[in-house]
Amino acid sequence: MSATLRHAGWVLRGNPITAVAATGVLLLAVLAIFAPWIQPYDPIASNVRNALQPPSAANWAGTDQLGRDILSRLIAATRLDLAIAISAVSISFAAGAVIGSLCGYAGGRMDRVVGRLVDVLMAFPLFVLAMAMVAALGNRVENIIIATAFINLPFYIRFARAEVNVRRDAGWVEAARACGDSHLSVVLRFLLPNILPAMAVQISLNLGWAILNAAGLSFLGLGVTAPTPEWGIMVAEGARFITSGQWWLVAFPGFTLMLAVLCFNLLGDGLRDILDPRMRT
Amino acid sequence: MRALRAVGRRVGRRLVASAPALLGVVVFTFLLMRVLPGDPAVFFASGPNAGQEEIDELRRVLGLDRPIPVQLAHYLYDVGTGNLGRSLTTGQPVLRDLTERLPASLELTVTALILALGLALPLGILAALRPGSLLDHGVRLVCSLGVCVPTFVSGLLLIYVFYVVLGIAPDPTGRLDIFAASPPDITGFLLVDFLLVGDMEGWRAAAAQLVLPAATMALFTLAPLARMTRASMLAVLGSDFVRTAKSIGLGRGRVVLVYALRNALLPVITITGIVFSTMLGANVLVEKVFSWPGVGSYALDALLGSDYAPVQGFVLLMASAFVIVNLVIDTLYGIADPRVSIE
Repeated sequence: MSATLRHAGWVLRGNPITAVAATGVLLLAVLAIFAPWIQPYDPIASNVRNALQPPSAANWAGTDQLGRDILSRLIAATRLDLAIAISAVSISFAAGAVIGSLCGYAGGRMDRVVGRLVDVLMAFPLFVLAMAMVAALGNRVENIIIATAFINLPFYIRFARAEVNVRRDAGWVEAARACGDSHLSVVLRFLLPNILPAMAVQISLNLGWAILNAAGLSFLGLGVTAPTPEWGIMVAEGARFITSGQWWLVAFPGFTLMLAVLCFNLLGDGLRDILDPRMRT
Repeated sequence: MRALRAVGRRVGRRLVASAPALLGVVVFTFLLMRVLPGDPAVFFASGPNAGQEEIDELRRVLGLDRPIPVQLAHYLYDVGTGNLGRSLTTGQPVLRDLTERLPASLELTVTALILALGLALPLGILAALRPGSLLDHGVRLVCSLGVCVPTFVSGLLLIYVFYVVLGIAPDPTGRLDIFAASPPDITGFLLVDFLLVGDMEGWRAAAAQLVLPAATMALFTLAPLARMTRASMLAVLGSDFVRTAKSIGLGRGRVVLVYALRNALLPVITITGIVFSTMLGANVLVEKVFSWPGVGSYALDALLGSDYAPVQGFVLLMASAFVIVNLVIDTLYGIADPRVSIE
């Protein structure tokens, strides 16, 4: 374990940007886990007398139209936003890896049918699809997760399929089969673990995208409802006050959103460079 | 001539190949919309105390009492004959609503794409010519930041800076100031219509309204375009034929812009197609921020009001747009690199 950590430390020293991004992700995780103890005020307690105050010593990020402390709301929202993104990406990762590698391994008709379905799915503007899904399934947080997972799925299926496809005739796969392993066990025990590192990079890149999607949906009024602190809905509520000059209602959630996505993207880029230097752009 | 025929064949084959996908999209949206909670018959009955008879009557009129497969068959027939149903909120045929609003969305998307390409291509080329330079790092920074800022945040911040603080942008609502005279409706594209009637003042007003939303969208799409241009140019610039072209003494401009760029264009065209379809989706967000009367905000209002037909029509429109974009991309492939047509 300590050797692994030492190696990770050595790698990160050589990639300062990745190290910063990894620290950022770690910080977000800490904020999400310990939110109730870190936030200075109650994120949903309103105090109308203190409404729309600019950033000050008492309220570092100012207060919103109901006098709620924006910094506390930002911290509380970290938990929800990360939870949505992580669960959505985990679902699509698990489902996509299994479906994709089975297709890539089996080939034939099933592969073609699934490939065609994936094409149809990707023919949609995916954000519109997510909108329609949340509206169809009901305006709840679970459905944001399902919709986000669903629009991520085709990418994982495609990726896993391609990765398995190039390995299915490799010597060690044949060896496993020759030893009497069933097809299912070859896929699950040998092929899947082999493509995991490459897919891990996709996860980090996808998390940023999932956060943007979820925030976009709740900005439109889908999924998360009013008093719940969430970055997208905070921007939506603040949008009404931007033309009268109260910039902090939009700017702080906006920047938090941006930083979170940036950290996940940079971490993903860094991981990809470390795992596969040829893909560096 | 032969090249043209080859391109035609490719386009034809593509069109045939996309038919099942389009059909799939229609069926899928239909099913999706039928699972929607909230019975539109109840929603549109006269009020909360509407009698059961009135609701049943509405359901009959809307065709909601028939079995799902029958409804689907009717829907497919209607789509085939160009009847997309009637919007319950506007009371107009969906096709008419969409055609009325489509120019607004297209004007915005196309302007944004031109803006993004106009910035991304030079930036990508310059960054590839001097990898590791200050400019290269600058482009990389802009790209990394660009994909992280959601359009609804950058749009609002642009409004704050250019409308509230600097006061140089017009009121960020809609395509035209409410007090301004709109041009005669010729094409529906305000910029084109103003030009056609020769009203330069009106043209400038419409363009001023367009700048912020278009810039918002361009900012978001700049990153993938510039990144791909840089990567692809970098690969081509290191190839043998570029070295040969340089060694026989061709001018630098000619080597970069003719020999390298044309060969580097293929991946850029691919990514442009992907970016365009992302923009169609992102339209919804930008249109909401700027109260832009396009198809995206129309579909969103319908969606929140559980009005099925406009949403179905919108998704169908988006999927068709995607197919058309793919066709254009395919044609461009053949023009940019004739080797593709041979396959």
